[in-house]
Amino acid sequence: MGSQGGFYQSKEFLDLVKSIGEARSKAEEDRIVLNEIETLKRRISEPDIPKRKMKEYIIRLVYIEMLGHDASFGYIHAVKMTHDDSLLVKRTGYLAVTLFLNEDHDLIILIVNTIQKDLKSDNYLVVCAALNAVCKLINEETIPAVLPQVMELLAHPKEAVRKKAIMALHRFYQKSPSSVSHLVSNFRKRLCDNDPGVMGATLCPLFELIARDVNSYKDLVISFVSILKQVAERRLSKAYDCHQMPAPFIQIKLLKILALLGSGDKQASENMYTVVGDIFRKCDSSSNIGNAVLYECICCVSSIYPNPKLLESAADVISRFLKSDSHNLKYMGIDALGRLIKISPEIAEQHQLAVIDCLEDPDDTLKRKTFELLYKMTKSTNVEVIVDRMIDYMISISDNHYKTEIASRCVELAEQFAPSNQWFIQTMNRVFEHAGDLVNIKVAHSLMRLIAEGFGEDDDNADSKLRSSAVESYLRILGEPKLPSVFLQVICWVLGEYGTADGMFSASDITGKLCDVAEAYSNDETVKAYATTALMKIYAFEIAARRKVDMLPECQSLMEELLASHSTDLQQRAYELQAVIGLDAHAVDCIMPSDASCEDIEVDRDLSFLNDYIQEAIEKGAQPYIPESERSGMLNISNFRNQDHHEASSHGLRFEAYELPKPAVQSRIPQALIASTEIVPVPEPMYPRESYQTTMPSIPSDAGSAELKLRLEGVQKKWGRPTYTPATSTSNSTSQKTVNGTSQGDGASTVSSMRETYDSRKPQVEVSHEKQKLAASLFGGSSKTEKRPATGHKAAKASSHMVEKSHVPKSSMEVASDKAASAQQPPDLLDLGEPTATSTALQLDPFKQLEGLLDTTEVASAVNGAPAASISPDIMALYVDTAAGIHNKNDADLLSGLSNPSVTNMPGTTAMPQVTQSSSKRPNPKDSLEKDALVRQMGVNPSSQNPNLFKDLLG
Amino acid sequence: MGIRFILMVNKQGQTRLAQYYEWLTLEERRALEGEIVRKCLARNEQQCSFVEHRNYKIVYRRYASLFFLVGVDNDENELAILEFIHLLVETMDRHFGNVCELDIMFHLEKAHFMLEEMVMNGSIVETSKANILSPIQLMDKAS
Repeated sequence: MGSQGGFYQSKEFLDLVKSIGEARSKAEEDRIVLNEIETLKRRISEPDIPKRKMKEYIIRLVYIEMLGHDASFGYIHAVKMTHDDSLLVKRTGYLAVTLFLNEDHDLIILIVNTIQKDLKSDNYLVVCAALNAVCKLINEETIPAVLPQVMELLAHPKEAVRKKAIMALHRFYQKSPSSVSHLVSNFRKRLCDNDPGVMGATLCPLFELIARDVNSYKDLVISFVSILKQVAERRLSKAYDCHQMPAPFIQIKLLKILALLGSGDKQASENMYTVVGDIFRKCDSSSNIGNAVLYECICCVSSIYPNPKLLESAADVISRFLKSDSHNLKYMGIDALGRLIKISPEIAEQHQLAVIDCLEDPDDTLKRKTFELLYKMTKSTNVEVIVDRMIDYMISISDNHYKTEIASRCVELAEQFAPSNQWFIQTMNRVFEHAGDLVNIKVAHSLMRLIAEGFGEDDDNADSKLRSSAVESYLRILGEPKLPSVFLQVICWVLGEYGTADGMFSASDITGKLCDVAEAYSNDETVKAYATTALMKIYAFEIAARRKVDMLPECQSLMEELLASHSTDLQQRAYELQAVIGLDAHAVDCIMPSDASCEDIEVDRDLSFLNDYIQEAIEKGAQPYIPESERSGMLNISNFRNQDHHEASSHGLRFEAYELPKPAVQSRIPQALIASTEIVPVPEPMYPRESYQTTMPSIPSDAGSAELKLRLEGVQKKWGRPTYTPATSTSNSTSQKTVNGTSQGDGASTVSSMRETYDSRKPQVEVSHEKQKLAASLFGGSSKTEKRPATGHKAAKASSHMVEKSHVPKSSMEVASDKAASAQQPPDLLDLGEPTATSTALQLDPFKQLEGLLDTTEVASAVNGAPAASISPDIMALYVDTAAGIHNKNDADLLSGLSNPSVTNMPGTTAMPQVTQSSSKRPNPKDSLEKDALVRQMGVNPSSQNPNLFKDLLG
Repeated sequence: MGIRFILMVNKQGQTRLAQYYEWLTLEERRALEGEIVRKCLARNEQQCSFVEHRNYKIVYRRYASLFFLVGVDNDENELAILEFIHLLVETMDRHFGNVCELDIMFHLEKAHFMLEEMVMNGSIVETSKANILSPIQLMDKAS
């Protein structure tokens, strides 16, 4: 073949490629490669290898690495090859080195010198090869070695060099922004380069710079807009066109940049409106690349300061995408919809059925994208349906990465929009059960807090009902095997706190279960610790209630085991449990008041209760406290804790005690109280010690809870992400607010507005009942709903109402247009299905065809190349045929498929020059025959064992 | 950085070309290629040409027996990447004439050279076929 000249290839190399190509299995391929490694190891170190041979060896090394084997034995030869004088050999050497080595490899140091030399070469291709290597191999430390030369090359007369130099500088910026921070102005300068290629490349670094610091580049808005305008008006060379779109990749990059610059900036955005509007109008929506630009326009429009006209255009494009048959366009449509609903939420409603179709599509990619959209449009009115769907999906997939993501989304939505606590707990149970080990531990903490705090209303009854149902559900769930650790921690904590609270279950029931947990998950120390503390609480409550404590035998043996545990934490917990059991009822009630996890812990930072004591000490002649800053030397702190009892010792003891209140105070907080703070009971080794009685006055007892100062700001936003928002928070995203114990349903009840939404439509067309139902529950509460004033209804009521209303059929208009669109939809260009038109040709004996082709060549190229191309065994043709074949059956022209379908329909002038050009450049059938000959020479023929390879060859 | 890697894989799942724009060890590459190739090859033609995998999004397109897979960041325009693949194939086609799997196998370095012209630092820097091919043609002439 024509391209073979200059690329010397030995029989050996051909054989290798052939055998790799014919390998039927990975094992066979591995065998070939291992064999090759042995051969090369021997050969490559032979003396005086001609450089062409060496180049071939290096490419064989590339093969070895590409197929997943180590070729490090030959790296040094690739490095050596970069020194070669021959451009081709040198560039191959550079290529191999960039493929083999990362920038921190030891051999890089040997190449830097060569790169430096090559950057000074007179041959611009050598310079380009070196710049390619710079982009891949230079790390932070070696930047200074090449930076001056790269800077010089920015003004090189050859545009190819300037382009690569700018990208090298870009790379330096990526690697170490500080090393080139004084040079970034060069990117601005190159934006005005005469060559569109250099300008286009400069957009890449500029995009990154702008993404990091928008404000420094606001002055460029006008320039970018004017460049985009010129590009859209086809001022650039035709060489950059793709399917009749002028320089689409540059347009896309510019739109991305404008999106950054216009975000939240009205003034900058106003400069962009005209040009973006123009592009919307001009874009050819029948080609893939046209749609790519349109999609980028939508992204831009949804990022910059909103403009109603542009939003309308964007909405039009989105509805076209969603109505398309192409999954790719649907995917883009869903993505675009997710961007646009942030600005105009009402747009989602008209696409509800399309969205549900995508949600139910078997295509996983589309499904995920749709879940992403649903996530973005979740409100208190549809949260139940959405989260329910998400969890179902989460259970059905096995990909942990995505499972984690979707689980955390479920949790986030549930926290933010939960209509009721009951629902929240049920949802959490499901998430924990199926993805417990994948979610953040904080989620578990907020679940515990929720159960502890209850509804936040003055409704103790509801609270205890909630807890009972939680306890009940947990006891049931404990029967399941292999629960995630995080979930078990929650379960143990809740059982400890509330297991016996409602009297439904006896202490022995609960303690038995807890012992089972500790036993079944004996490798998990955290769970064991939780279980032990829970046991202690249960026993403490029993003692406080003056019931007789009978420790179960399994519990006793568990304690014995823990008392001798290697974990000091577990040991301590076990000893504490023992100590608590030994105390009398009154003491226990003080240490472990029941249901007190939510009580406020008042930390007396001034330790005022010690005032009398200090006074007394000073009177006795002790030194007064000196703040740390005024102290000179550090004093022995080892025995400061004993200061209460050793006041006589005259040195420094005092100030340590004053100065570090935290450990001392925390140690006095009973375990049960700690639980409601961010810190969860697990690692709280310090426990009531002899000093706790000093703090007794500040420990609230259960009975006195009403008089206690409630921590309102903490309770305020129960599910919100910022867990402890200040009391001033006005967020209305949570469905319930608790202000001084009263709750307000917010933005939840929607009955009347629902009617408003649906009654305006005439119920005529029957759409699948299921879908309607889903649509109604997903989209029912539109933005109007949210705007309605809160009426005090419960969110749950509203949504249940919605389900009732769900049978209201959808607007007939929409359905009709939907159908029309699908009928009109142009054939999908992206569809890479097996060829339809050529299939008959392919079934014939390829050899016969090829022979026949020789005769038709001339005619073919003279007319329009159609016959030749239609049969020509060509990857491109295969692609074309789906599009062109359907679109215009007579015209199976190769080039028509490569270019836009609109060209396809235009015979003569436009298509002709291209055809002649290409056919003169490459006589297709002849090429194919040559390939065929090569294949025969290699011993592959149609009946051989690798028909696929052969098929590739001949289309 | 938009593009993370470009792979060409035939329908038996054998790698025919691999270019990474971020460093992965041999083992990581092997594992990644295995996973995504399994994912993409299992899909049918009606489904999207996009697959999410870990933090990547894979945009792929099939030409005859060869799959072109491009791993991109999440904020990349998928349709544009699809077009980029097409541009790459068109460019190879212009150079080789009726490009097929074997052309790429026999001229692996040339296919790489084309990519080097088109993509740098994971960004598309050149889309003019003439500009992409001219250094390669010059090299052909010189040797």
